[in-house]
This record gives sequence, structure tokens and C-alpha cells, in this order.
Amino acid sequence: MKINSFNRNSFSANLASRTVKCSLFSAVIILVSGCSSLGVQPWERDLLAKEEMALTSSPIDSALDDHIYFSKEASSGGKSFGGGGCGCN
Amino acid sequence: MQLNQKKPAINIKAALTIATSALLGTVPAIANAANDSTTVTKAQLESAWDFESAFLYYSEGDRVSAAEAIISARKTFANDEVLNLKLTIDSLTGASANGAAAQPNVQTFTRPSGKGSYQTKAGETPLDDTFKDTRVQLNAQWTQPLAANYTGSAGVHISKEYDYLSLGINGNLAYDFNQKNSTFSVGLSYFQDSFKPEGGIPLAFASMPLAYGNDSDTDNSVNKAGFDATRRTDSDDKTTADIMLGFTQVINRRMVMQFNYSYSKVDGYLNDPFKVLSLVNSEGITQDYLYENRPDTRVKQSLFAQTKYHFEQNVIDVSYRYMWDDWEISSHTIDTRLRIPLSSSSYIEPHLRFYQQSAAEFYQPFLAQANSMPEFASADYRIGEMSAYTVGLKYGMKLSDGNDLSFRLEYYRQDPKNSGHLAPDALANVDLYESVDAIIAQVSYSF
Repeated sequence: MKINSFNRNSFSANLASRTVKCSLFSAVIILVSGCSSLGVQPWERDLLAKEEMALTSSPIDSALDDHIYFSKEASSGGKSFGGGGCGCN
Repeated sequence: MQLNQKKPAINIKAALTIATSALLGTVPAIANAANDSTTVTKAQLESAWDFESAFLYYSEGDRVSAAEAIISARKTFANDEVLNLKLTIDSLTGASANGAAAQPNVQTFTRPSGKGSYQTKAGETPLDDTFKDTRVQLNAQWTQPLAANYTGSAGVHISKEYDYLSLGINGNLAYDFNQKNSTFSVGLSYFQDSFKPEGGIPLAFASMPLAYGNDSDTDNSVNKAGFDATRRTDSDDKTTADIMLGFTQVINRRMVMQFNYSYSKVDGYLNDPFKVLSLVNSEGITQDYLYENRPDTRVKQSLFAQTKYHFEQNVIDVSYRYMWDDWEISSHTIDTRLRIPLSSSSYIEPHLRFYQQSAAEFYQPFLAQANSMPEFASADYRIGEMSAYTVGLKYGMKLSDGNDLSFRLEYYRQDPKNSGHLAPDALANVDLYESVDAIIAQVSYSF
């Protein structure tokens, strides 16, 4: 009797992952090709220059969160490097 | 002599500025005037250091709790060169799931050191309560313009625990174009970790040996020899090499986006030496505990996209990450924050995070005697199928002296799931996929 059986539909999982990857890559390509028409003039940076508009507006919160989720989940990084650093995983 | 001379007010920023300068070997003239009452003022005037500090408390109730303190110092020199130094100290105590399955009877486990044992009540998820560790981490990062539109950055990382040492270096190059509305970046990082766990490194799938140290001398030496026979070595290493490609684009006056692709290769000892699997018979009753065995290499990749949008008042931050690896784990993470100003000097920021991962191909909640032994197996729920969410709220304010103070309170819940493993009788009546609840509380102060 086989007690442990994998019940994974790998085809649909692969398809889903490919769809996600393709759409993200496409988004990047569209942005890169159209980026010369995007953006602002230097004098239009009033809102973008605000601290809360920085992509990482609170580096300390990010560092603490990364450490928690690195040690509690199987994924890490993405926004910044997700490498080693502690024996917590 | 003046007995009631008033002590000058202690200025943390000035004191830290002097300390940081001293550490860097750039002892300023101000430090030589140590007892001069003008020291503080002078240091303040000459200081271009900005400090950020935070204290975080994390608690899973009856499981792990951790306290973490960070202080980060940043100085901008002439020519836009930036030095960032960061010190992190954390301490971990409490109990962590050891991988064994709950049973209808009391279970006894040998502690990782081999000295002594601990018990788990009937029907409860086995938790090893011996975890206790303190970690100190130092980071230094130097960033500077290299040429027109090019910015370079390089950093080092040292992290030391009682049983773990991690050394890392990283480098990053960014190129701005389209009037600095677009940025490409490429980053590399490399970590070298060495692990010397209490009790040594167990052999893959070795049976958990009997404890020694609690019985008579004769039994002790027999049990000690039995324990040693299950150990492969004292310590082992792993390396992590990361490459990250990034693209940032300003969309308009209110909106900015970022896209990253990361490739990460980990080689070496990737097991958790404290984790076991229950070997069960056809009734689901545990016959033995075997140390886990994972592959010695893992390749992870991820795509990350983030958008920030400034409404009339509020700022929304939405990000999504898709991660996949050659252990067949894939995960989705959505993270959103909405910053709502309450006044010109305070705000609240609700935070929502959703996470979902599939199981590693070798994840098994237990091993069955009826099956042949797999090449790799781990019952660590952290690489099993799981969903998790975080709900939080941050409140921040600008103090009258211009410094920032904020408080953050969050609730984090993990729900491990069955990825298609049929549980025999005894295991059908216990919780093999117990949820974990945690509270995260944080205070931050920037000055």
C-alpha cells in the first residue's frame, strides 16, 4: 500500500507559472520600449521626491520583515538580495 | 566646587556620531575636547550622520519568541558618496516544530545535543524547546556616483551566532537614463556560511539516538557512543550566489514602478540538523524518528514588481513576487501598504500581506514503513504547502525636534496544508498541519 501519494497536477502548475512569468516579462518589455514617453520633467518631481514615495520608504521595516519571512517561509528576496545571513532557515 | 552642577543633557545623536567616527578611525577634533561642554553642540553642527533605530518583538505564543534591535547610521559625504553602517542584534528563545508527527500517545525525543530528552503530550505537535540563540550582525555599504548617470555600490556582511557564521559581500551598478526617469541595475551578492550545530551534524536518515547524561555511568558511555555513531561531522558549510537585474521607471508625477529578476544558487549543507521525520507503521503509529535529508543544491528564481502611487493625500504601495525553484516550490506574495496622513506631522499605515507556497517535491509529513526509502525527505512545514497572511497597522509621527517616531503592530498567521498525503488511522485523528499565529510589535525612532 502506498500511503504517501503526490496529488500534483504538474501540467497546470507549469502553465500557471509560465503565464505569470510571461506576463511579467511582457510588462517589463512594454515599459522599456515605451519608457522614453513616460516619466516627468525635473520640475515635476515634487511628489516623487517625498520620503514616502521612495520604493523602500522604510529600510529598517523591510530588513526586519525580510528576516522574519526568510526564517518562516521557503521564499526570500525578490525586492532585494535574499541570500544567506543567518542560521534561521 | 559646585555640588549641584547641572549635567549637560545627553544627546544620543552626538554621542553616536562620536562613537561612529571613532570606529571608522576618523576621530574628529570634537572627540579630543571630551569634557568640553560645547562638545555636544559642536558634534551636532559637524554631524551629517542620520540614525535610524528600531526594536522589534516577535512572539508565537507557546512557540518561538524573538527580540531584535537595529541601529543604522548613514552619512552623505561630498560628491554624493553615502556610507551606511548597520548593527543588528537579535535573540531567539522558545520551541520550534521538530518535524515529527503528532501521536495518540506521549512521545520522547532526544535533545539535539544528545544530553537529555524532552516529551510531547498525546495529540500535540512535537516542539523542541531547546532553541536559544543570540545573533550579532554588521553591515557596511558604500554607494557613490561612478560617472554621469552611473552609480556603484559595494557592501560587506558579517553575522555571528553561537553555532553559525555568515560572511557576505555584494556589489551593485545602476544606470540612469531618460532624464533619470528610467534606471537599470545589476547586482551580485555572495555569502559563505558555516554551521556548527550543537551535537554535530547527523547522518542523513539516521535514527534519533537515545539521550545520554541522565542515566548511570555505564549506560551513559554506551548511549554516548550510540549518539556519536549517528553523527557525520561537527560542522558544514553552504554558499549562496545571487544575481539581480532591476528596472525602475517613473510613470508620471504620481507613479513609479520597479521590476526585478533574481537568480540565486545555494550549494552545500541545506538540511536542518534538528529536524526529523516520523517513520510510521500501517496504523500510523511512530516506530522511529529519522533525521531529514535535503538535496545539497537549490536554484531559486523570482520576479518582483512594485508600484507606488501618490493620491491627493494617500500613498499606496503594492508589490507582487513570484518565486520558483528546482525543489518544485513556487510561491506568490502580495504586499500592500496604504499611508494615510492624519495631519501634517502624523500618519497611519495599514498593511496587508498574502503568501502562498507549494510544497517541495521531497516534503513529506511522515515516512511510511510500507514505502521504499526516498532519496530526499523533510517534514519541515516551512517547505510544505502553506498559505499565510499578515495584517498590520503602523502609526508614525514627526516630533517637535524633527525626529521620527513610529509604532507598528502586526498579526501573522501561517496555515500549513496537506498537499495530497493520505494519513493512516492514528495520524488521521491528529493535526498534522497545525497553524501558527504570531504577533509582531515594533518601535522605530529616527534621529
